[in-house]
Amino acid sequence: MEIQEFVPVDIFCRQHGVQISFISSLHDFGLIEIMKIQEAECIPLTQLVVAEKFVRLHDELHINLEGIDVVNHLLQRVKDMQDEIWVLKNRLRLYETHE
Amino acid sequence: MAFIDYYKALSIDKTASEDDIKKAYRKLARKLHPDLNPNDKEANKKFQQINEANEVLSDAEKRKKYDKYGENWEHGEEYEKARQTRQNSSANAGAYHSSGGFGEEDFSDFFGSMFGGSSGGSRSSQVKFRGQDYNSQLQLSLTDAYTTHQQTLNVNGKNVRITIPAGIENGQTIKLKAYGGKGVNGGPDGDLYITFSITNDPQFKRAGNDLLTTIDLDLFTAILGGEVTLDTLAGKIKLKIKAETQNGTKTRVKGKGYPVYKKEGEYGDLYVTFQVIIPTNLTEKQKALFAEIAGLSQ
Repeated sequence: MEIQEFVPVDIFCRQHGVQISFISSLHDFGLIEIMKIQEAECIPLTQLVVAEKFVRLHDELHINLEGIDVVNHLLQRVKDMQDEIWVLKNRLRLYETHE
Repeated sequence: MAFIDYYKALSIDKTASEDDIKKAYRKLARKLHPDLNPNDKEANKKFQQINEANEVLSDAEKRKKYDKYGENWEHGEEYEKARQTRQNSSANAGAYHSSGGFGEEDFSDFFGSMFGGSSGGSRSSQVKFRGQDYNSQLQLSLTDAYTTHQQTLNVNGKNVRITIPAGIENGQTIKLKAYGGKGVNGGPDGDLYITFSITNDPQFKRAGNDLLTTIDLDLFTAILGGEVTLDTLAGKIKLKIKAETQNGTKTRVKGKGYPVYKKEGEYGDLYVTFQVIIPTNLTEKQKALFAEIAGLSQ
């Protein structure tokens, strides 16, 4: 059985000093998941790190939601490309050590 | 402890206005922010410097002190005392006393020496800082990474016992949550990132989940066929050799490759290349027999 943990959105917002509307917008942009548990909106614990990252991008770098969406997409692309580089490096290493 | 030129860090002139400082800081922060440069130590270090530079230069009092002592910052307090003695005035005695209030781990030693440690009551004393992430590298042999096993690592004097799943890739990084530096002011602890480095094996090469190996095959078995015993990472196996096997022939042994990461019981394949060895030091009789075969072939 898998246990999933949640943080209520209002507690998250109070802790980080952000408006609830900001979190709702992140959800509307498809950037984070929000679930309703007994009428309370909650963020799954697995999404907490991502949500905190978006808050930092918004607060510290003054990036708006559209910008966060673009940054998130590009960071994902960078990560995918880094993963691909790893795979290719490993493959290359194979041929180099064969010589 | 090296002197840090905060103006240079922000790429601004010494005559820069508050607005210029703010703009320069924001521009560099957008470029160097740790969330935009994950696992980039150089960017994180530069970000720390521009943060420090901003903290100092955007505060009129701190900037004044920094500008006054400059590269002689180490003797700043001594100069100040001497000056005060000369003037016989105690009015400004505490003017430069620890006005910091920053989490010490987030600032350089230079900053700590010049502006004090974590005492004081500026806004930063209420801010929770996440602990520093630690990066570590662990070297494993191809045989080690073949099986799921436990290993103890020493990270900053702390023993960390981890389970390494079979089939981990060279260069793969795993994250251990909250095993990094301690959080400041009750902030969460940082994470520990372990990057695995798998050393090359003299007998087997890894290609994803498949293993490649080359074995010597004597000329007679290659021509007449037979059976050879082969060492694999899972033990010995017997391979049937077809008659007239050519040099460089490759054969696949299903399921005898490398374990698939986090998929218990699943394995890649083993590819065996045969290298036919031509016999040396032949006796006269053997040479004669080969000559006879050569004659028959013509």
